[in-house]
Amino acid sequence: MATLELSLEEEAGATPVRRRRLGTLFWFAIGWMVLVFAVAIFADLLPLPNPTDMDMLERRAPISAEHWLGTDGLGRDELSRLIYGARISLIVGLCAPMIGVTIGGALGMLAGYFRGRFESVVVGSMDVLLAFPPLILALAVTAYLGQSIFNLTCILGVLGIPAFMRVSRAATLTLARREFVIAAQALGATHARILLRELLPNVLLPLLAFFLLGVAVTIVVEGSLSFLGLGVPPPISSWGSMIGEGRESLDVAPMLAFIPAIAMFLTVLAFNLIGDTMRALTDPRQGAL
Amino acid sequence: MSGALLSVEDAVVDLPTPRGNLRAVDHVDLAVGAGKTLGIVGESGCGKTMLSRAVLQLLPKKAKLSGRVMFNGQDLTTLSAEKLRKLRGRSLAVVFQDPMTSLNPVLTIGTQLIETIQEHLELDLAQARQRSIELLAAVGIPAPEQRLAQYPHQLSGGMRQRVAIAIALSCEPQLLIADEPTTALDVTIQAQILDLLAREQQRRHMAMIIITHDLGVVAGRTDEVAVMYAGRVVERAPTPALFKQMRMPYTEALLAALPKLDVAPHTPLPAISGRPPDPTRPLKGCSFSPRCRYSAGRCTTEKPRLSPAETQEHLYACFHPIAAGVGA
Repeated sequence: MATLELSLEEEAGATPVRRRRLGTLFWFAIGWMVLVFAVAIFADLLPLPNPTDMDMLERRAPISAEHWLGTDGLGRDELSRLIYGARISLIVGLCAPMIGVTIGGALGMLAGYFRGRFESVVVGSMDVLLAFPPLILALAVTAYLGQSIFNLTCILGVLGIPAFMRVSRAATLTLARREFVIAAQALGATHARILLRELLPNVLLPLLAFFLLGVAVTIVVEGSLSFLGLGVPPPISSWGSMIGEGRESLDVAPMLAFIPAIAMFLTVLAFNLIGDTMRALTDPRQGAL
Repeated sequence: MSGALLSVEDAVVDLPTPRGNLRAVDHVDLAVGAGKTLGIVGESGCGKTMLSRAVLQLLPKKAKLSGRVMFNGQDLTTLSAEKLRKLRGRSLAVVFQDPMTSLNPVLTIGTQLIETIQEHLELDLAQARQRSIELLAAVGIPAPEQRLAQYPHQLSGGMRQRVAIAIALSCEPQLLIADEPTTALDVTIQAQILDLLAREQQRRHMAMIIITHDLGVVAGRTDEVAVMYAGRVVERAPTPALFKQMRMPYTEALLAALPKLDVAPHTPLPAISGRPPDPTRPLKGCSFSPRCRYSAGRCTTEKPRLSPAETQEHLYACFHPIAAGVGA
């Protein structure tokens, strides 16, 4: 009896645990993201050698105390290039989907809500954009406007618009027929209010989940473009261009291609894991409908 | 009908469908006076909801409405979109059938109430918040202040419907349309919600239209009842007169289909046999004739018109009305 009473008292005193188990994988992902963001943001403050300083006597040097991850084919410090490369990959990876989610999300909501001719025009033009080979577009833009991080971000952002438009239009289409939208109309809400207050909070959830996926995809695509020499201009490093440069010495120093590839793999995986978990956590509709 | 707050005159709603034109509302005339309650009764698919949407001018985009909807002397069918928007919520409000779907799942109760209030009334945030708390208290929600921060899924169905009613009442409308307000709720909650609606109607002296398929809901709570079948009003009468002597066989069949407490257990419920006619293929005669046990003669070839019984208020559309002997 005594033990029973004791445990009851303990239970009564404890506040209800509301935190859900997130799993170790999620915390690993968070840890990795924090690390990548921290080194990318504070790269200038870290005691790193300049990522573009060449040392022709120490080409493809192995891991040492001086060069933690060795050097590349031109004798540049691999760790330093990896960290400065993370900056480029993250800037492009975050900004490009931001363009897509803003323009594509807005177009999709307007198309899904107003329907009619506007929707046909939007969907039609997005189909044209989708049908256009992305590589050709990237080639054309870089040929005309030159290689720069800004141009690269814009190309990837524009290429992402159709996908975001489709996600937001699909979500809006189903939501706009729901009774609460008719109820809002019946209560005299303006179109702007219905779009911004009734529909946007609902559409935002799938869009955010898709945004994190978009970040992951964009990092990979930026890597592919840089690998092809269409990305950031040398000597700036990005993970993709590092893999591209490492390809030349795959036989003698495979590490040079694998290290940036592993960094990219882990970052993309972390974005996907966090995106999935966030969606599961922030969905207030669970069990409600 | 001139003194009515709302009058629907010769309303016709046509919906184009792949199977042909669907006449959802067929030449309906209705009127509600200020402070009065009208019940619209009929089974699923008889045009009740389309009629209420026609009143609000919220029909689906493809639907065509003809006739007039006069509200306070204005014809709603010719009003500009902006004027209509200002009228909705302010003077005309609706409570929908399912409070699970008529409230936005991702906004708090407080946000939904406060924004509706601020849309129509010139109140600052603190005043609107105060008014929301008063409204929630008025519709019988305990601890209204805490409820403001809650999401719809944190409330029970009955509570949600009370919130929906509070939102509808928030700007003191002159007319409240309750579209099957209790259908999605527990039987034990139904009476509470209906009593709440009746009480608030009395207090605010507003007109109300209750749309339902349950004659039991309108009995005792309405001043007048209109029975709809296949898009038409088939009987219309002051509530006491209707229940004293119904003339239309369909009304009688609806009443007979109500479960009663005094019958022996396991007695089969009397149901209306057959189904309503396909609205895309209108019948030549009376729409109810295929299911009517009094059907005879010209019932299948000629549409009966809505005509008065012994009083001018009691109208019915039938050639063989109940308890009036064999018709012409």
